[in-house]
Amino acid sequence: MAEVTLIKAVNDALATEMARDPSVCVLGEDVGRDGGVFRATEGLLRRFGPERVIDTPLNEGGILGMAIGMALNGLRPVAEIEFSDFIYPAFDQIVSEMAKMRYRSAGQFTAAVVVRAPSGGGIKGGHYHSQSPEAYFIHTAGLVVVMPSTPSDAKGLLASAIRGEDPVIFLEPKALYRTVKGEVPQGEHLVPIGKGRIVRGGADLTLVTWGAMVPVAEKAAAAAAKERVDVEIIDPRTLWPLDIGMIEASVNRTGRAVVLHEAPRTCGFGAEISALIHERCFLHMKAPVARVTGFDTPFPYALEKSYLPDPERTLRAIRASMAF
Amino acid sequence: MTEPEIISVLRPDGTADPSLDPGLPDPELLSLYRHMVLLRAIDEKAVALQRSGRIGFFVPSTGQEACSIGAGHAVRDGDWIFPAYRDHGVGLMRGYPLAALVGQILGNTTDATRGRQMPNHWCDRSIHLVSVSSPVATQLPHAVGAAYAAKLRGERIAVLTTFGDGGTSTGDFHAAMNFTGVFRLPVVFFCENNRYAISLPVEDQTATGTLAEKARAYGLPGVRVDGNDVLAVRKVVADAMARSRAGEGGTLIEALTYRLGPHSTSDDPTVYRSEEEVAAWRGKDPIRRFAAFLKGRGLLEDPAAEEEGAKETVRRAIEAGEGAPPVPLSSMFEDVYAEIPWHLVEQRDSLLSGKG
Ligand SMILES: Cc1ncc(C[n+]2csc(CCOP(=O)(O)OP(=O)(O)O)c2C)c(N)n1
Repeated sequence: MAEVTLIKAVNDALATEMARDPSVCVLGEDVGRDGGVFRATEGLLRRFGPERVIDTPLNEGGILGMAIGMALNGLRPVAEIEFSDFIYPAFDQIVSEMAKMRYRSAGQFTAAVVVRAPSGGGIKGGHYHSQSPEAYFIHTAGLVVVMPSTPSDAKGLLASAIRGEDPVIFLEPKALYRTVKGEVPQGEHLVPIGKGRIVRGGADLTLVTWGAMVPVAEKAAAAAAKERVDVEIIDPRTLWPLDIGMIEASVNRTGRAVVLHEAPRTCGFGAEISALIHERCFLHMKAPVARVTGFDTPFPYALEKSYLPDPERTLRAIRASMAF
Repeated sequence: MTEPEIISVLRPDGTADPSLDPGLPDPELLSLYRHMVLLRAIDEKAVALQRSGRIGFFVPSTGQEACSIGAGHAVRDGDWIFPAYRDHGVGLMRGYPLAALVGQILGNTTDATRGRQMPNHWCDRSIHLVSVSSPVATQLPHAVGAAYAAKLRGERIAVLTTFGDGGTSTGDFHAAMNFTGVFRLPVVFFCENNRYAISLPVEDQTATGTLAEKARAYGLPGVRVDGNDVLAVRKVVADAMARSRAGEGGTLIEALTYRLGPHSTSDDPTVYRSEEEVAAWRGKDPIRRFAAFLKGRGLLEDPAAEEEGAKETVRRAIEAGEGAPPVPLSSMFEDVYAEIPWHLVEQRDSLLSGKG
């Protein structure tokens, strides 16, 4: 196995799936000759040609609308949105069309499109290049929402998404694109959709987090260990449908939960996880669920370090939960 | 269909075509030149600042100075400007202070917009320069709305909005053009066709031979202009703005130009365009072309000295702006709403107290 970056793993998944299945196509702005603004699609044009690696005009609604039609007619399109912040012109196509195709046709049609979009902050991108929009899509019936946090998961989850029968919003934590490296199996590699990952086992408190916050959680857990608090970290990987069983089992055992995400707090996915835990684990709980999140402000350029949750803030929530 | 002609004023021999020359007084001509030189000096310095990690990002306009400065010169007091991220030159030409521009890039307490946005996202209400957005072409329908408001109040003003060739593919472009035609609004759509939207050549952006011809579908005139000819840009935009101010509606202008540098400091243009192509356009440098004209008129003696002077001006502005304190933490929670609601008060207090 080779040690590769997360972005390379994404590229590997695309190349492997395109080689395996001639109906897999990639489309988006700059995905062809430029290899994508983050180089996720580098080399694909040369290998698979312009019919399957499609440089489109600048129109996200057009990209998604076209991808839906491609999927309806037998292709497996993987659409790239350059930054998840630019997905909103395609919002109507995603939430009203792609997500609802199966339901409104009573299963006769499905728009199994994969939409890849770099997401989250930490790269000095200001608010138009840093937002975390997962909650909008989780709120939309019919969509699968995935966010990997390791190169191996990125490759395996993307391959599963491409092979799946449902539309997938595949959010890639861009802050991790080149900052994490990991072993990734060569050739075909699948990680199942809907299954969480225990990043680190622990007995005292369950910390649920995803994307670029996983390394933050690991630092916080290491610091908590010095204070003799044994934190279990769960990365759901597929945000929706959620591996609630894994979270439920963990919280029933630890009796404590903290949810950590960089998206704004109000109506963020942390709110839903908190509600689910309170509904399902109430009798086992020793403290209310705590949330560590971004703030309910637009993403600020100059103050991004203060906006994003860090190990300190996470550790304070862990301590507060333990002291409750 | 015959393609609209490309309007040029500056002729290859360095003189101006007398039938099209807008006849600007000498100080105005020099002002156009000096602003172009200043714009390039800002670009060079800002890219260097980014390379050395002192600012996060920058979008240069090198090669397109004639567009920004020529169009900016056609704007009058009372007009509105809805620019794209590459058009700091329009603001500069309208009197947006260099210190404010530098402050915005630095994102510290010298930034009037308080470090809220990444570089290239200026605004200044006092000159009707509206806040730049990153998503492409979202400003176009806003220009339409502002024009509508002015028309409703009987103001004889025009609205200028600028964007790239890629912008013409967006839904917002089509909505804005259509509304402008239907409501007969004073909007001038100034499209800088710099040949590429990041890596995509304009031929792959559209199947029409020109961008200007798209205007027909919306009942607007479409004009093509040599975008490396500051006098031609000035003339064409000024004519369109005058038409708008006279109540005759909007215009789509396609300026043919070239982005000599990368799309932004995050881009590597060598993967999608050839060195020969860039070199050919470097030969059409709008600043050198205008300098030759000014020299012929006896208005410019030493371009090198002008360039040095501009560099020094920029260097001093950055020196003055750098080292200012960072924006205060509490400012993160201000301006989200007109008044700070309870949840932001709670979040602010928890952050400031270090308890959150
Ligand atoms: C809606 C949207 N999609 C994608 C992007 C990413 N992006 C930034 S600039 C750009 C190209 C724009 O090209 P053009 O409109 O020709 O203007 P230019 O940059 O050449 O001045 C793209 C695709 C964006 N900013 N907004």
